[in-house]
Amino acid sequence: MSDHPSAPAIEAKGLVKTFGDTRALDGIDLLVPAGSVYGLLGPNGAGKTTAVRVLATLTRPDGGSATVFGHDVVREASAVRAKVSMTGQYASVDEDLTGVENLILIGRLLGHRKPAAKARADELLAAFGLTEAADRQVKKYSGGMRRRIDIAASILNTPELLFLDEPTTGLDPRSRNQVWDIIRSVVAHGTTVLLTTQYLDEADRLASRIAVVDHGKVIADGTPGELKSSIGSGTVHVRLRDAATRTKAQEVLARALGAAVEPDADPVSLTARVEGSDFEASTQAARALSELAAAGIVVDDFSLGQPSLDEVFLALTDHPASAELETAR
Amino acid sequence: MSTAATSSDLQTVYVPSPETLGAVLAPGARPPRPSAWSSSVTFGWRAMLKIKHVPEQLFDVTAFPIIMTLMFTYLFGGAIAGSASAYLQFFLPGIMVTSVVMITMYTGIGLNTDIEKGVFDRFRTLPVWRPSALVGMIFGDVLRYILAALVILGVGLILGFRPDGGVIGVLAGIGLLVVFSFAFSWVWTMFGLILRSEKSVMGVSMLVLFPLTFLSNVFVEPSTMPGWLQAFVKVNPITHLVDAIRSVMSGSPDATSIMWTFLWSAGFVVVFGFLTMYRYNRR
Repeated sequence: MSDHPSAPAIEAKGLVKTFGDTRALDGIDLLVPAGSVYGLLGPNGAGKTTAVRVLATLTRPDGGSATVFGHDVVREASAVRAKVSMTGQYASVDEDLTGVENLILIGRLLGHRKPAAKARADELLAAFGLTEAADRQVKKYSGGMRRRIDIAASILNTPELLFLDEPTTGLDPRSRNQVWDIIRSVVAHGTTVLLTTQYLDEADRLASRIAVVDHGKVIADGTPGELKSSIGSGTVHVRLRDAATRTKAQEVLARALGAAVEPDADPVSLTARVEGSDFEASTQAARALSELAAAGIVVDDFSLGQPSLDEVFLALTDHPASAELETAR
Repeated sequence: MSTAATSSDLQTVYVPSPETLGAVLAPGARPPRPSAWSSSVTFGWRAMLKIKHVPEQLFDVTAFPIIMTLMFTYLFGGAIAGSASAYLQFFLPGIMVTSVVMITMYTGIGLNTDIEKGVFDRFRTLPVWRPSALVGMIFGDVLRYILAALVILGVGLILGFRPDGGVIGVLAGIGLLVVFSFAFSWVWTMFGLILRSEKSVMGVSMLVLFPLTFLSNVFVEPSTMPGWLQAFVKVNPITHLVDAIRSVMSGSPDATSIMWTFLWSAGFVVVFGFLTMYRYNRR
C-alpha cells in the first residue's frame, strides 16, 4: 500500500448508501484537496453524517467509491485509519472515564508506552484548558469541554485528515468560538479537515470550499465567495416603529439597495437580499439606513446578516432546508 | 441554547492559544502500531476503569450468585440428597457454572449499550487489531467471572462444601470455567451487535441460557430423565463443563470431559468470534 503524495485528501465518486427505503447518500461526489478545510453544509438528514461515516471507514457504501489520500476506504481501510481521526456528532470518548483516562487510553491504543501516553495526555489537557477537569468523568463535562476533550483525543497523533461532524451544534457562542480557534490551529499545522455543519456562517468562516448537500446529493459546491455570490451575500432585516410607514420604507430601501424588498408576515418588518461582496453589502446597508432616516422613518431594528441555511436552500433548490417532510424528490 | 456553560466552565474561561495548540499539534514520532495482545490488554484496562467508576455493576456478579447458591441448595438439597450439605458436594460446581455462564450475557448487554454511544466509532477508526476492543471488553468480564466464582466458592465453603481436589483442584476447576465463559461470551457479543436493544439481548439470552443450564447435569443426575432429554443433556456443553469441573474439584480429573470443554470453547471462539467480527466490521 504505497502512499500517493499527490493524491487529494478525499476523492469520492457516486457514493450511495441506503438504509431501508431511505437513500442517505444518493450519488455523492467530492474532491477535497489536501491541506484545507472543506465544509459539508446541509440540514439534518441531508446525508452529511453518513458521508463522513463512509469516508472514515465506519460504514460501507452500497455503491460508488472513495479514496482517502489515494487509499480505498473499503479495500484499504486500515491504511485509511492510520491517517484519519474522527470526532462524531456525539462525544466520541468514554463518558464513564475521566478526561485523562480517555486520552491515555487512546494514546496506548496508538502504540505509545504508558509514560509517553500520560505525558501526551497532560500536554493535551493543558493546551485544551482541561487540566483542572482531568480527573473528572467526562459525563460531568459541559458541552464545550466535551467537544474539546473529543478533539484532543482526535489529534493525539496529529492526523492527516480530521473529520469533524457538526462540531459546534448545541454549543453556546463562546464554546463555539473556542472550537473555531482550535480548528484553525489544526489546519495551520497541515491537517486537512472535513467539517460538516448546518450553519452557513460556520462554513464561511472556516472552510475554503463548501459543498451543499441535500437529500444525499451535492447540489452546489465552490468557495464561500462563489456560493454567496450565487445566492446574495447578505440579508437586510428592518423592523419599523410604525406599520403605516412600511410602504414608504419599502420604496426607500428598494432604491438604496437596488434590490427587491419583501414585506414580512410581521406588519412592521421588511427583508431584502443584498448582492455583491461583503464590503459592497455593508456600504449598501449603511446607505439604506441613512436614507430611511432622511425620509423620516423611525427604525427599531436594522440588521445585515449572512443568508441563513434556509435562504441558501431556497436560493439553490426552491425549497427551504427545514422542509424535510416535503415529498421525496 | 440548551447546553449553557456549567458553573465550572464559567470559572475558568478557556482561551485557545495558537502557541500552545501549535506545540501539541507539531507531529511527533508515531510509535509503531501496538500488538494485538497489547491493544486487547489496553481495552481490558478500560473495562477495569469502568468497574472502578461504576462499581454498582459488580452487584450482578455478587448478589445474584449468592442468591442462586443459597436458594437451590436449600430448595433441592433435602429432597435430592437427603441434606443440604450432602447435596452441596454434588451441586456446588454446577451452580458455579450456572451462575457464571448466566453472567456472560452481560457481555452482550454491555456491548449493545456501549456501541450506541460515540466511543465505539472512535475505536473502530483506530488502526488497531480489530477484535481487540471486544477481546479487551471480555477480559474485563473475565474478572467478573472470577469474582462470581470465588463468591460462590466462599458461600459453598461456609455451607459445608469440602472438595477432595484441594486448592489445586478448585483453582483448576475455576480455570476451566473461566476459559469456557470467555469463549461463550462471543455468543453474546454477536447478539449484542445484531439485536437492536438491550431488552432484546436480554430476552434472547434468557431463551438460550435457561434451557442450556437447566437441561444439564447441574441440578440432578440425568439417569432419571426420559431418553430424549438424556440425549440432549449428553451433548450439552454445560454438561461437559460441569463434569470436567466436578472431576478436577474432586481430585480425579476426567480427561474426556476436559477435552470436550476445550473443544466446545474453541468452537465458540471460532464460530461466534467470526460472526461477531463480521458484524462489527460491517456495522
